[in-house]
Amino acid sequence: MDVSQKVIEIIAREQHLDATKITPDSTFAELGIDSLDGVNILFALEEEFKLDIPDTVAQNMKGVRQVVDSLTRVIEGKDVSDLVAMAKGEPSATVS
Amino acid sequence: MRRVVITGIGVFASTGKNAESFFATLVEGRSAVRRIQQFDPTPLSVQIAAEIPDYEPLDYFPAKRLDLLDRFSQFALLAAKEAMDSSGIQLRDEERPRFGVVTGTGMGGASTFESGYFKLFAEGATRLHPFTIPKIMHNAATSQICMEFGAQGPSLTTATACSSSGHAIGEAFHLIKFGIADMMLTGGSEAPLTFGMIRSWESVRVLAVGNGDPRKACRPFSLDREGLVMGEGAAMLLLEELEHAKQRGARIYGEIAGFGMSSDASHITQPSIDGPARAVRMALAEAEINPAAVDYINAHGTGTRLNDVTETQVIKEVFGDRARKLAISSTKSMHGHVMGSTGAVELAATVQALDRGVIPPTANYTQPDPECDLDYVPNQAREKPVRVAISNSFAFGGLNAVLLVRRFE
Repeated sequence: MDVSQKVIEIIAREQHLDATKITPDSTFAELGIDSLDGVNILFALEEEFKLDIPDTVAQNMKGVRQVVDSLTRVIEGKDVSDLVAMAKGEPSATVS
Repeated sequence: MRRVVITGIGVFASTGKNAESFFATLVEGRSAVRRIQQFDPTPLSVQIAAEIPDYEPLDYFPAKRLDLLDRFSQFALLAAKEAMDSSGIQLRDEERPRFGVVTGTGMGGASTFESGYFKLFAEGATRLHPFTIPKIMHNAATSQICMEFGAQGPSLTTATACSSSGHAIGEAFHLIKFGIADMMLTGGSEAPLTFGMIRSWESVRVLAVGNGDPRKACRPFSLDREGLVMGEGAAMLLLEELEHAKQRGARIYGEIAGFGMSSDASHITQPSIDGPARAVRMALAEAEINPAAVDYINAHGTGTRLNDVTETQVIKEVFGDRARKLAISSTKSMHGHVMGSTGAVELAATVQALDRGVIPPTANYTQPDPECDLDYVPNQAREKPVRVAISNSFAFGGLNAVLLVRRFE
């Protein structure tokens, strides 16, 4: 399974965007994805890949490539504690 | 004293998807009540409602936008857009902090609530869409309108059941009158036609079942009336301080001159005579209008046994001998009881009656009730100059809102 292609498909579907306009280098800002949209995409990814993505990791995702990289590591069961630590060091996206 | 005029009207309702077609349908005496089509109503005892026909959200909003709009916010935005367009207003940025929005709704995002709970309790979902709360909240419509039209002034939502938008418009009127704002976009929106909501209303035992022709189900003030019929839709008005409106050469549809509100403080569902009567008197007093000067009352007129008798008594109590000379009609006979937006929808009808000199009828009137013995403009619209009119909203919970409008002269 090509994780990158699947992520792009899901983002396109959830955001009503044209998948051909999304590349691995696209940032959420460029795609007009805000923090609430991000939560929705996260839910869709978790459903699709049947896994849980730690919130702290999710909050640090700012673009397609980060999503794909983080997801790949979670899928492969790799340690993501460095991502968690990195996320904690930054102000996270909050929703009032 | 600052005066407040109506310079824009927008309606998105079962009887018409703009203010003009809405009023034309009412004048023809045509009801929009039909068998429910949004879902299969077969298991319900009540299977009829005043639904907006042929409504496809994607015809009006892009898919991305719809993700954040419950049906009630969609209707609110559509009515608001027409109100703004019809006013011809071009806002300058420095005016925006003096431009606010007040809308009323009784149920807020009912369909989002219901589909969320269905997923949760029936389908065993463990989480819901992250937009669930921003779609459900009662102030969603107000906030969406503020964002759409850049209204940065005093803005809020009222939720007083069937008086919600009467209160909303009254509050907006006072915000301008008392100098807090110069322009207010105000009204109400409701989309209550869900399986669970209708089931809940069935239990109150106030709904007409409407065996036979659904269009004839709602018969306010008629002896054979059998209850109210729920409806959906929205209406919005642009209110402006008079000098502001004059300066830009605005078309003025009418003036809001009085607002009365009161609480029955007696029973949670049974209306009183005293409470609504005080609200009508308060509206007359604020407008400094003699009861004898009133030409038309757009009644709350739900079509329930109790409301129509009580409202008739209220009118007699306040207007005395004048009561028999008043034209009174319930347009709910056609657009249904639009719950939290009913006050706005009916004020949109009242203002157009004032503006055009045509009073819409009470449709489906078949036989006089000895306890409802006033002139309810039965079945046929009436051409008559209307200088002063009143629109009544009396809610479950005993919270009453009465608006008084007059021709601008």
